[in-house]
Amino acid sequence: MSPQIEIQLIAVIVAVACALPGTFLVLRKMSMMSDSITHTILLGIVLAFFVTHDLSSPFLIAGAALIGVVTVWLTELLSRTRLLAEDAAIGVVFPLLFSIAIILITRYAGSVHLDTDSVLLGELAFAPFDRMLIGGTDIGAKAIYTSGILLLINLAAIIIFFKEAKVVTFDPMLAAVLGFSPAFVHYGLMTLVSLTTVGAFQAVGSVLVVAFMIGPPVTAYLLTDDLRRMLILSGAIGAVNGILGYQAAALLDVSIAGSMAVVTGLLFMLVFVFAPYRGLISSLLRRRNQKLEFAKTTLLFHLASHEDSEKDIKPDIDTIQTHLHWTAKFTSKIIGSLEHEGYVQLSGNLTNLTEEGRSASIRDYNALFSR
Amino acid sequence: MNSVSALFLDYTFQTVALGSALLGLISGVLGSFAVLRKQSLLGDGVSHSALPGVVMAFVLLGSKKTEVLLMGALISGLLATLFIVGVVRHTRVKFDSALALVMSVFFGLGLVLLTYVQKIPNSNQAGLKRFIFGQASTLLQRDIILMIICGLVLLSLVLLFWKEFKLFTFDTDFAQSLGFSSKKLNLLLSFMIVLAIIIGLQTVGVILMSAMLIAPPVAARQWTNKLWIMVTLSALFGAMSGITGTAASSLVPKLPTGPAIVVCVSIIVLFSILFAPGRGVLYRIYQRRKNKILYKLEGGSPDVPSN
Amino acid sequence: MEKQQNYAVEVEDLTVAYDARPVLWDIDLKIPKGKLMAVVGPNGAGKTTLIKAMLGLLKPVTGAVRFADGSGDVRVLKNRIGYVPQSGSVDWDFPATVQDVVLMGCYGKLGWIRRPRKMDIELTKQTLQKVGMQNYASRQISQLSGGQQQRVFLARALAQEAEVYFMDEPFKGVDAQTERAIVSLLKELKEQGKTVVVVHHDLQTVPDYFDWVTLINLRVVASGPVDEVFHEENLKKTYHSSGALLRSVV
Repeated sequence: MSPQIEIQLIAVIVAVACALPGTFLVLRKMSMMSDSITHTILLGIVLAFFVTHDLSSPFLIAGAALIGVVTVWLTELLSRTRLLAEDAAIGVVFPLLFSIAIILITRYAGSVHLDTDSVLLGELAFAPFDRMLIGGTDIGAKAIYTSGILLLINLAAIIIFFKEAKVVTFDPMLAAVLGFSPAFVHYGLMTLVSLTTVGAFQAVGSVLVVAFMIGPPVTAYLLTDDLRRMLILSGAIGAVNGILGYQAAALLDVSIAGSMAVVTGLLFMLVFVFAPYRGLISSLLRRRNQKLEFAKTTLLFHLASHEDSEKDIKPDIDTIQTHLHWTAKFTSKIIGSLEHEGYVQLSGNLTNLTEEGRSASIRDYNALFSR
Repeated sequence: MNSVSALFLDYTFQTVALGSALLGLISGVLGSFAVLRKQSLLGDGVSHSALPGVVMAFVLLGSKKTEVLLMGALISGLLATLFIVGVVRHTRVKFDSALALVMSVFFGLGLVLLTYVQKIPNSNQAGLKRFIFGQASTLLQRDIILMIICGLVLLSLVLLFWKEFKLFTFDTDFAQSLGFSSKKLNLLLSFMIVLAIIIGLQTVGVILMSAMLIAPPVAARQWTNKLWIMVTLSALFGAMSGITGTAASSLVPKLPTGPAIVVCVSIIVLFSILFAPGRGVLYRIYQRRKNKILYKLEGGSPDVPSN
Repeated sequence: MEKQQNYAVEVEDLTVAYDARPVLWDIDLKIPKGKLMAVVGPNGAGKTTLIKAMLGLLKPVTGAVRFADGSGDVRVLKNRIGYVPQSGSVDWDFPATVQDVVLMGCYGKLGWIRRPRKMDIELTKQTLQKVGMQNYASRQISQLSGGQQQRVFLARALAQEAEVYFMDEPFKGVDAQTERAIVSLLKELKEQGKTVVVVHHDLQTVPDYFDWVTLINLRVVASGPVDEVFHEENLKKTYHSSGALLRSVV
């Protein structure tokens, strides 16, 4: 395999592995917890390194994942005192743990070959240099295997606990009644997030893991309502971001991880603007249509109610305009549209309901108020 | 003790300590409003999002002057805020997700631009990376003057609109019903918070800036029930941590300033949450104990007082 | 028959929508001066929305709200409209004392930038006395019970020295003592010729506490003197119920 293909393969695996637990973070309104964890795992890596003195030791991953869970626990401990808001608790815990990690790294920089830059910012371009050897045979880049295992763990956990995770995400009370422990699912998810962050940081750097965890699920959230579909779509979007990001980075010779984050943002913007139904354009159009429909119904009601109750109010255009506080243009537009549909008849300046108009207003009225 | 007094006479130290103190003071004041408005993490988002602006300003204007770079940071910080607000307003995406997405994408863009700058011949981009981790030691006298000017403007605005900010932060609807435009107040206050974040960047960096905005007010809140005392205390805690952190990093070899300041301010937070009288965790445990003993003495649980 | 001056508030063809989803349809409402009016209706009927629209906090799709002098602009009328929001709408852990919050009622008269004066502080003391909270002036607001919070909000509205008061569920979650205090306060306001509009959820007490009532459910079902419009048929129309539940009430 050429290094380029290997890099893209790693990017795709990492992106999909991040998107899966990210979907639940987005749905559970815990996106900023991933930001917190991605910073604090640095401390876990440093501490575990002091014990193992080996950057590729599996204990490093275990230590870092543990610190991720500890971060969540500390944050919740702090916010449970109710002396500060939950978001403030996040903002107190992670800078502290991160600062301790930076201080440790700087103080023991001589003995630690740990580069803060590479942890935070990552460098995917170097991933193919680290080979996986079995009995002296090169079987591909090591990162393919580490991120591959990560993806398998995430996939397995989500497939096995899909039902539980779904119930806890949408209705924690119901989950507790049904006997699924929300705490178990919560900490399970947080362990996955921590593991994934540790596994991904070497490739993309810890800050950008957030883009991979949150970006694809948020994009998918604008396209579907179904959890299963959202998971699959997030994975697919993540994979596309990985490949496009790499291609753009290769073309412009810039940071691969950064470029993947930018593509994530661009793809989101695209979906944000053009998505069917939930996109910006379709929602603006729909709002405009609803406003017109709504104005027409209002006018029908208005005409119908004044038709029999107050004979002194003439249904001429000017009166309507002042009564409903519409602009002249809007009023004539609505009346024109109602006339076109055959609901009102214009005679001179007077707007009279037709028989259809009367029955339409009664129909709308019943539909609205007989809930 | 000698080394400490010698330190405080050192000119470089004076500059850096003054800068850190100013940063703590300004972010302590504006952070109070951010925390009370439940927008603590907006600071995290804005500071991460400032990175592409810093690099962009350098690329376009070719200058590494602090005010130029900070102007870039301000623009991209505000732009990110606009994006977040726009996404939340027009879709069903929640604030926290929009924040996480926008800040990480902006940060990624910053990295892309940084690696791009590295390739421009004859451009030394060393001054840019200090914004990621912050480098208090590079503070110059003119940076301090810039901080003082911004700080004075921000503080006088807070004093001028004190009544309005207090009302708006406590009860937005009521403020609006009294005829104070909540749109205008929101815009003004948000802009001031973003500005406070931006001027702190070069001291503590984008990652740790959010702590300077959140920690001092959280600590101050525990000691008082009055807004003006909270804001004053918060400014004091911020300034204190700035000076202590700077001193610690000058006295202890290989101790970076930004993280040292954050550790100082975090210690103040933990201390306050544990020991604040009438509110802290220890006081509550003591109170619960006392009540338990009282219940036992009186037999059974006492009636809940109606008032 | 009645002249315009006799109405404190006139609502004309008011339609309000959230995100194009209509919440209130074509509301026509005339609130006579000096009345204590209850706004009742089921959950989701748009009671809070109606109050917020009358206060100018929500922009209506059609229609307008007019106050006694013919103007509908809240900014012009800020000194003449008092507002008691739902007490759950604010964070009671905000660092402020009871007096701080009540003083906010004077901010409208002061306008931008100007500071509260001695007479404003005097006024807050008087209004606190009226709601029986004079001993709590320097108390932190998080240490108040639900009923006390509600009384603080009432005192704040009184400090506005308004002509028309809008109150959103002031009886929600209060103790019996506070409920009595609020009722006597409402009667006092009425005696002073003020108009009070109250969102209310306890149908049983409507005839005792109020003299005017508006029944709404997306639109106005009925509005008028309690003894004329507050009867079973209208309540049925409002709540779409069989009436069995309500028979005991009326």
